[in-house]
Amino acid sequence: MSAPDTAAPLAAPSQVQAELLGSRPPLRDRAFRLALFISLTIGVVTLAVLIAYVTIKGWPRLNSTLWTNMPSIRRPERAGAQSAITGTLWVIGFTALFALPTGILAALHLEEFSKPNGRFQRLVEVNIQNLAAVPSIVYGILGLAFFARALALGQSVITASLTLSLLILPIVIISTREALRAVPRNIRDGSLALGATEWQTAYRQTLPAAIPGIATGVILALSRAIGEAAPLLLLGAVTFITFNPTGPLSGYTTLPIQIFNWTKDSREEFQILASATIVLLLVLLLAMNFAAILIRNRTQKRW
Amino acid sequence: MADEPIELQLTHDLTSGRAQQVSDEVNNVVFTLQDLRVSYGDYQAVRQVSLTIAKSEITAFIGPSGCGKSTLLRSFNRMNDLIPGAKVEGLLAYHGIDIYGPDVDPIEVRRKIGMVFQKPNVFPKSIYDNVAYGPRVNHIKANMDDLVEECLTKAALWDEVKDDLKKSAYALSGGQQQRLVIARCIAVRPEVILMDEPCASLDPIATAKIEDLMRQLALEYTILIVTHNMQQAARVSDRTAFFTAELDDNGVRHGRLVEYGPTRQIFSAPQDKRTEDYISGRFG
Ligand SMILES: Nc1ncnc2c1ncn2[C@@H]1O[C@H](COP(=O)(O)OP(=O)(O)OP(=O)(O)O)[C@@H](O)[C@H]1O
Ligand SMILES: [Mg+2]
Repeated sequence: MSAPDTAAPLAAPSQVQAELLGSRPPLRDRAFRLALFISLTIGVVTLAVLIAYVTIKGWPRLNSTLWTNMPSIRRPERAGAQSAITGTLWVIGFTALFALPTGILAALHLEEFSKPNGRFQRLVEVNIQNLAAVPSIVYGILGLAFFARALALGQSVITASLTLSLLILPIVIISTREALRAVPRNIRDGSLALGATEWQTAYRQTLPAAIPGIATGVILALSRAIGEAAPLLLLGAVTFITFNPTGPLSGYTTLPIQIFNWTKDSREEFQILASATIVLLLVLLLAMNFAAILIRNRTQKRW
Repeated sequence: MADEPIELQLTHDLTSGRAQQVSDEVNNVVFTLQDLRVSYGDYQAVRQVSLTIAKSEITAFIGPSGCGKSTLLRSFNRMNDLIPGAKVEGLLAYHGIDIYGPDVDPIEVRRKIGMVFQKPNVFPKSIYDNVAYGPRVNHIKANMDDLVEECLTKAALWDEVKDDLKKSAYALSGGQQQRLVIARCIAVRPEVILMDEPCASLDPIATAKIEDLMRQLALEYTILIVTHNMQQAARVSDRTAFFTAELDDNGVRHGRLVEYGPTRQIFSAPQDKRTEDYISGRFG
């Protein structure tokens, strides 16, 4: 290499300029971008219109009576959704209690302990994928036949929770597996090389490292369960409930069910009440999704 | 990679390094390998390796990429068991006991024979918890604070981190992380430490620190190191094994041992032409 004191003279500016400007026709590029933008707008605008509509419509009832008062058929002007709010909390609480340990342990087994690409594992894998695609109403039928009737649990919080647990179990398993898979192999190797057993490695290294990812998936799964109405309707949750659940075997109603009941009623006052309750449900779901995004962003790129 | 300065470095090291104290014969044997073969599925990556490893010495494995150094090293603490399809045949005896014998627990093997990886793989925990992890999972009864201090001191890291023990290990530099991994490894009181290119991701200063550390550790531990750095092998090791990958009749490459002996001899008077070519930079 000779010293760069004899640098080549710059090419004529006009030539460089011509090269940099390029000659590709920009039309297709722009058309494509426009298509993307329109698609995005459709999604965002729809959501905005929906939210604006229910908010405006439900505005007169968006006050504390919504959660302090019980539903009422005779006096819509004094009706609230308290039993539906507490019912939702009870049902989701038990759903989490059933679905999370089961789903996380199942994922841990599949990901860390079963032989990869073994016949058993592939069978289970295909099954879980398919279960995630089963319509929720089918879970309702199963819940009705098995939990409500065969196990004689009736129209109780526990029946609803068990049914919703089955519904979200595949989602919990799939997202937990993804979170576990994102933990680098060399963390496991480091642990095993110190004489830790596979079980110690799984619960002291892999699982804790995967918790942010698992939490994200779990929150999204639970928010899916909160919004479900179809399987619960099938389980007979349409009954008019004016009390808070008192235990797992108590009767219940939930927000989506209550909204469904009110929209069925032709009286204008109930339509307003339904809109107000939809806003409440939306706020709850958006808050959960927001929490999931926060957790994901805060813990990205740790390795 | 290999170029002129190696020869200079060598003559320097050969007159002052510890390599000279080593006897030709391995006296205090820790490992005996007889016709060791390692395969991945049908592919035999390493074949016909027979050698003995001496206690409290540093043994270096050198050779071109893909000749099976890592594969062989992972056989020593049964880390190959974790790779689906990997199979070890032949004899690999540790103090006369075949570690692939029917009653041997790989967990115990790994406790006695620790490992340091190429990329520092600290755990996403505090510095303290990284060191304490091994003793905890092995139920070693000890004063944990003392043990952590002792191990960090031995790994030449204590002075740099003693005020930050609760900080995440990810906050450390690459060289510090690698020393932390070494501290973590000696916390379970192994007899042997395997190191697979421990300095490959470090800068020269951090590398020099690790090399100093290795010499310190060799007073107490038996160390096996895989390195691509010829100078490093010459500087730190007592004995060197040179491997190469050779084509068989079917055109498949297999790693095999070419020459093994005191580092001083391998580097100054190699018996095999291939060794000579490799260490003088005409190969690989
Ligand atoms: N997990 C694996 N599965 C299948 N083949 C493997 C696996 N690991 C290594 N091999 C093969 O075994 C041979 C030896 O690989 P190994 O990693 O032991 O070489 P190496 O000498 O350590 O190379 P390098 O210096 O590049 O680290 C290579 O041909 C490699 O492709
Ligand atoms: Mg290697």
